[in-house]
Amino acid sequence: MKPNPQLTLGPCLFNWPETMWRDFYFRMADESDFDRIYIGEPVCSKRLPFRNSVLPDILERMAAAGKTVILSTLALVTTKAERKTLQGQCDQDDWMIEANDLTALAFLKGRNHVIGPYINLYNEDSIEALSKRGASRFVLPAELSATTAAKLIKAAPDPTYELQIFGRLPLALSARCYHARLNHLSKDSCRFVCDQDLDGRDINSLIGQQFLAVNGIQTMSYGSQLLLEELPSLIELGIGAFRLSPHTGDMISIAKTIRALLEQEISAIEARKAIEKEMPNHHFINGFIHGQAGMKHVAQSLAV
Amino acid sequence: MTDQPLKSEALTPMELVCPAGTPAALRTAVDAGADTIYCGFRNETNARNFPGLNFSLKELQRGIDYAAQKRAKILVAINTFAQAGKTDLWKRSIDDVAQSGAHAAILADIGMLDYAARTHPDLRLHLSVQAAAANADMINYYAHEFGVKRVVLPRVLTVQEIAAINAEIACETEVFIFGGLCVMAEGRCALSSYCTGKSPNMNGVCSPPGDVSYEEYPDHLESSLSGITINQYPKGEAAAYPTLCKGRFESAGTTGYVFEDPVSLNAAHLLPALQKAGVTALKIEGRQRGKAYMAQVVASFRRAVDALSTGDNIPLETLLAPLTEGQKSTKGSYQKTWR
Repeated sequence: MKPNPQLTLGPCLFNWPETMWRDFYFRMADESDFDRIYIGEPVCSKRLPFRNSVLPDILERMAAAGKTVILSTLALVTTKAERKTLQGQCDQDDWMIEANDLTALAFLKGRNHVIGPYINLYNEDSIEALSKRGASRFVLPAELSATTAAKLIKAAPDPTYELQIFGRLPLALSARCYHARLNHLSKDSCRFVCDQDLDGRDINSLIGQQFLAVNGIQTMSYGSQLLLEELPSLIELGIGAFRLSPHTGDMISIAKTIRALLEQEISAIEARKAIEKEMPNHHFINGFIHGQAGMKHVAQSLAV
Repeated sequence: MTDQPLKSEALTPMELVCPAGTPAALRTAVDAGADTIYCGFRNETNARNFPGLNFSLKELQRGIDYAAQKRAKILVAINTFAQAGKTDLWKRSIDDVAQSGAHAAILADIGMLDYAARTHPDLRLHLSVQAAAANADMINYYAHEFGVKRVVLPRVLTVQEIAAINAEIACETEVFIFGGLCVMAEGRCALSSYCTGKSPNMNGVCSPPGDVSYEEYPDHLESSLSGITINQYPKGEAAAYPTLCKGRFESAGTTGYVFEDPVSLNAAHLLPALQKAGVTALKIEGRQRGKAYMAQVVASFRRAVDALSTGDNIPLETLLAPLTEGQKSTKGSYQKTWR
């Protein structure tokens, strides 16, 4: 019998205004029952000052509420300032780190950490190489199929495996900021225009097909991942934690619905209806986990 | 021992690293003046796993012999991420490179780097661009942990940043100067699999030809990838290959090339700056390219690199202009304004 899977909240990927970001995490501290909450700024280092100004208050509130907090770190680290920030985050023993760029390994010096979804994990040898260097939990990359995950976990069963089951999927990172580019601004003088799109900015094809979303230097799926019917199979193959990625809308309600599903208090169909009602603007997808194009929604059950 | 030369013109000439998709292309590149040729095995271990391309072990060995006659070196790219439950194919390929006499293996997967460093301590390792090592700390980590001797830098850095990296690291750097241009951090992009189910990391392909379609309309031609429109061209206008990130899209009423124009990289202009930045090797992209194209590109860059040592000025941009995709090229991230 597999242990009950954990429910986690991934880091907010969008440039929410400082107070909105703070109030969101205050509410998560006060009202949520996540087993783990990841907090940090994985996307853009220019947003860091707005995070750092309120982070101590959030951490204090989380600690008071007895929450397990993991600090999520930058996914693309290039500048001196970014390296220094990352080093500071890694070189401490108070909070566990989610490494989203392998640069973190240089600073963690073997400390126990989580490997985030931005680091390439496609085989058991990578898991072993990273486990040797302190990783104990792995968040699977977005494009991995359940079939691959099953093989990987079978070959390297010891660590905990986590998978995003709700929210837009991170697909790519660039040196270029697309929000700035779409607003005819340079990255250096971007005026933080990414704060205009609290769930990312939609990108459609020329004939109106809804396709992608941009979030600063990050490209995301237009569709929002939603894995519900798949959960029993995913638990069976060894996924130990399910991650929700924050969006505007009531994340507490989404978490409650998924918790109820995991506890088998409601069916997947009921859960889907509740989530569709809560997030009416989301177009739900699940192609990657079925080994198909990520943008697809596959109705068949998960074959592993 | 003689004194170290101090003048800038005494900089070590940069190594010209050229692609070869076939044994014939390898010989062409050697003959055209490449210092080093990179190629891959005919299987899923390399990121240009296209039909009709790549090398068997025997072909590799013949290629190494041919190159050796002209003092050229061979690198073997094992630069995809090994598939779960099938990593033996990648390990066997690494073993083959170690025994072949090739100069080095180019690896991206941390599991395979770990294997190579443990199993073949004498095998020279280069870090593939697919590993996206974009700063000195990460590069030094790879050098320290796995003995990596050279890092192919991702196309997210400016020339100034490259110079700063070189000042802080103990190993060599190689940079792309010509050919296709990834807009995203390499090896960290799932756009292709999001649209088609196949990606560079999992399948060695991006925006694969099997998923491409073109449809004629009365007034325009439309290119699509897995049914998603990537671009539309008015009648008579040349259509570019629908690489996903170089398509035209719409966002909040604005239409245009959201990610990147259909351009290719040409950093010919920047060769002196790259040399000053301490770059060891210059890499040309395009293992899928034909012999005639490659002969021209390699010969042109050979002249340019030699001219750099002698101080001659060569109008390289005009020399190479007809060879760039759609006649348009960019200096990419090497210039900060690109961002």
